[in-house]
Amino acid sequence: MNLVEARGLTKMFGDFCAVDAIDFIVRPGETFGFLGPNGAGKSSTMRMIGAVSPVSDGHLRVLGMDPAADGPHIRARLGVVPQEDNLDLELSVYENLLIYGRYFGMPKKVIDERVAELLEFAQLEERRSSRVEALSGGMKRRLTIARGLINQPELLLLDEPTTGLDPQARHLLWDRLYRLKQQGVTQIITTHYMDEAEQLCDRLVIMDKAKIVAEGSPRELIDRYSTREVVELRFPVDERDRAAERLEGLAKRTEVLPDRVLLYTDDADRAMVEVAERGIVPESTMTRRSTLEDVFLRLTGRSLID
Amino acid sequence: MALPASLRVVESGARVYRRTWRGSVISTFLNPVLFLLAMGVGLGELVDAGEGISTVDLPYLTFLAPGLLAATAMQTAAGDASYPVMAGIKWRKTYHAALATPIDVRDLVVGQLGWVAIRLTFVTTVYSVIMTLFGATTLLEGMLAVPPAVLTGSAFAAAVTAYTARLDNEIGIATMFRFGILPLFLFSGTFFPISQLPDAVEWFAFVTPLWHGVALCRGIALDIGFRISPWISFAYLGLWILVGTAVAVRLMRRRLVL
Repeated sequence: MNLVEARGLTKMFGDFCAVDAIDFIVRPGETFGFLGPNGAGKSSTMRMIGAVSPVSDGHLRVLGMDPAADGPHIRARLGVVPQEDNLDLELSVYENLLIYGRYFGMPKKVIDERVAELLEFAQLEERRSSRVEALSGGMKRRLTIARGLINQPELLLLDEPTTGLDPQARHLLWDRLYRLKQQGVTQIITTHYMDEAEQLCDRLVIMDKAKIVAEGSPRELIDRYSTREVVELRFPVDERDRAAERLEGLAKRTEVLPDRVLLYTDDADRAMVEVAERGIVPESTMTRRSTLEDVFLRLTGRSLID
Repeated sequence: MALPASLRVVESGARVYRRTWRGSVISTFLNPVLFLLAMGVGLGELVDAGEGISTVDLPYLTFLAPGLLAATAMQTAAGDASYPVMAGIKWRKTYHAALATPIDVRDLVVGQLGWVAIRLTFVTTVYSVIMTLFGATTLLEGMLAVPPAVLTGSAFAAAVTAYTARLDNEIGIATMFRFGILPLFLFSGTFFPISQLPDAVEWFAFVTPLWHGVALCRGIALDIGFRISPWISFAYLGLWILVGTAVAVRLMRRRLVL
C-alpha cells in the first residue's frame, strides 16, 4: 500500500493557488522529496499531508485515510518536523518531549523509555534538563526531530529540515535522517537545497509555481534533463556576453548566468580543449558533475536559490 | 487509559505552569493584600467615618472584599487567556505543534479554558483566605464565594480567548485591558453599588458579566440578598462561557487551520 496518494491535489488561499493539481505517491520505506524554490507550494503540500490544512480540491489519502474525515487518526501515526521550530522555550528538553508524548495519549512510563532512546539518537543526553532556550540551532532542530519521533511514527514529515543550520550541523542531521531510513521510517522532505535532496531522497519531485515539473530519482532526473558533466567558466562582467557568443555551439547546451557561463557536455575535457582552441581565456574554470540544480535550471530557467 | 484530548491540553497547561509559576506567584498573593490594604482598610476608614448616605449597612472592607474577588478572577482570566494564547498562536507557536498531534482546535481551546479555570480556582481560593485574614468575611463565606468567582473568570476567559484569536500583536491585548478590563473593574459594582451610576451606565453594567459575578460573590459571601435572582446571574455567566467558547473555537480554527 502507498503511504500517501495524491491526485489533482490542490490548495487555494482565496484566489491564490498555492498547489495546482499535483499527482504523486509515496511508498513505504522510501525517502521522498519535494525540491523547489521558496513559494513553490512545498510547505502547503506538506501541511495537507500532515492533516492540518484542508485540501481545497483533488484526492488525498494518507496511510489509507482521508485527512478530512480522519485527521486525528492520521496525525496519531505521523511525525512532523515543521519548518520553524515550535518548541516551548521555557521548558526543558525532557518536558518538551513529555508534553508532546502526552498529546498522543502515551503513558508517562512509555514516554520516559522512549525519551531515553530519542535523546541518545539526537545526541542530547547531556541536555536532558536544559531549558530549550539555551540550545544551539542545530540542537533545537534535533530536538524537534526527536519530538516528531516520540510516537514511533510510520511516516515522518520534515519541512526544510536543515534551513538555517551551519554545515557541520547539517551533516550531523543528514546522518541521523539516514539512520532513520535504515530503520525503515518513511520520510517526506521538502528542501530548496539540491545537495540535500541528492543526499537524502530516493525519489523526488521538482516543484515550481505550484506545479510538479519533473519526477524521478536524483540520478534519473540528472540523466534525463542534464548532461554528465558541466564546465563552469567565469569571465569579467564586461566580457561575459562576448565570450558567451563565441562559446556558442561548443556544448550541448549553454547557460549564461549573471556571474558565469555553464557548458553542459558529456566530455568536460574535450570542451575545455575546445575553449582553448577558440582562443577564449576565462578568469577561472571549474569542471563538475551535473546536479539537481542543473536540472532545475534547465526546467525553469532559474536557480533554486536567488 | 488515555485521557480525552482536551484533558491532555489541561495537563500540558499544568506542566508548563509547574515550570513558570514563579512569575505569577507575586501577583497571586500580593495583589489582593495590597488592594485590601489600600482600598479596604485605607480608603475604607474614610468611607466608614464619612457622613454620606450609606446604601449598604456594612464596613467598607466587608463590602469591597467579595466584589474584589470577582474582579480579581476577571483580571486573572483576562491575563491567562490573552498573552499565553498569543504565544501559542504566534510567539512560540506551541498551538501549531499541538495541532500536528491528534489534538484538535476544539480540544486546544477547551483544554486551555479548563486549565484557566483550575488556575482561577487556585487564585480565588488564596484570595478568599487572605480576605478572611483581613476579617472581611468568615472562611466558610469566603469559600462559598469561590465558585461564582471562578465562573465569572471563566466567562471572561472564553470571551478573551475569542478576542485574542483574531489579534495580530500584543497592542490589541493592551487595548483590551485599558478600555475593557479596567473600566469594568472600576464600574461594575466592585467599589460602589451601580445604583450610584447614571441610569444609562447602570444598564450597561447589568449587561457585563462582572456585575453578575460581583453580585453573586457579594450576595453569597455576605448573605445580604440579591438585586436580581442569583439563578439569572448564574445562567447569564454560564451563557457567556458556552457562547464564548463556541466563538473562540470557531475563530481559533479560522486562525490556525489554513
